[in-house]
Amino acid sequence: MTSEIRNRTLDSVKQGDALPKFSYDVTPTTIVLGAMASRDWRPMHHDKDFAVNRNGTQDIFLNTPNQAAWFEKYLTDWSGPKGRLGKIKFRMKDSVFPGDTMVFKASVASVEKDDTGCGWVGLEVNLSVGEKTVTDCSVRLALPVDEADNPWQRKGDQWQP
Amino acid sequence: MLDELPAEVQDWIGKERYPEQSEIPVEKGYIWTTCSSVEMGNPIYWDEKVAEELTGGPIAPPTMISAWFRPHHWAPARKKQLLPLQVHFDLKERLGLPEAVMSDNTITFGVPVRVGDLLKTHQVLRSISDPKTTKLGTGRFWVIDVVYANQNGEHVGTESYTGVGYKRGE
Repeated sequence: MTSEIRNRTLDSVKQGDALPKFSYDVTPTTIVLGAMASRDWRPMHHDKDFAVNRNGTQDIFLNTPNQAAWFEKYLTDWSGPKGRLGKIKFRMKDSVFPGDTMVFKASVASVEKDDTGCGWVGLEVNLSVGEKTVTDCSVRLALPVDEADNPWQRKGDQWQP
Repeated sequence: MLDELPAEVQDWIGKERYPEQSEIPVEKGYIWTTCSSVEMGNPIYWDEKVAEELTGGPIAPPTMISAWFRPHHWAPARKKQLLPLQVHFDLKERLGLPEAVMSDNTITFGVPVRVGDLLKTHQVLRSISDPKTTKLGTGRFWVIDVVYANQNGEHVGTESYTGVGYKRGE
């Protein structure tokens, strides 16, 4: 593989590790681009009048699939391309609006190998705006156990997300 | 809002409904637009050589899974706009709850979604709560699973949504 691409291996991670914080300033374009990229045409993600007067929210807001994509970006920026998502679970407590600064933080909750030898990290991810937690997220992410391993090659019973 | 859960809605729980085939094959345009929307530079999605080496060819970001089954906003000869997650809209209509938002989302990922795949889905209503009042209004929570497979019948993922349908407070 191209030499400059770095992949995090399971043995380099331990429980309690913190991932680097990531911040992003949200604009109306962020919201609308994310909605269109996920083929979500519902008006609360592009029409402020609808969002305010029908949904009762302060503005248009980030849609669910694009929020998932932001989590994926944050986590695979950390893991490198061999990092493979097994499961992602998130609870949206509030919405992300234009003008907000999203802040992503995460810590390693668990490090393990399953019965097939697949390496997994459990991650607790927090998305906040100001002092407010917007979304809490739990993730099961496969990491290579060594330089030669590649979770993407796992199939059938060898993949237990 | 209906206080009693209609028998028709009760009957939907646990049933496979709305088997559908995606209206678009998995394609790079949406993959790149999605990666661009979140500034995701993962070389699997941008570098064909890396994709070939790591994933045996180009794949889509796993979290894009729902994008592939959202219907076109318009299509020729279509009289009525199709809606994604139709069970969710059925519940809003049948329970008299005009507004709705999603609160929880869980996605379990199976085999990678590959460029050229044409996905199939079905939806299953898992549960409906008793009436509840939140800051948005009074309504009910519900959980809907969306199960995805590729054209070879391989499981590519299951998405579980928790939604809340409500009437705004006076």
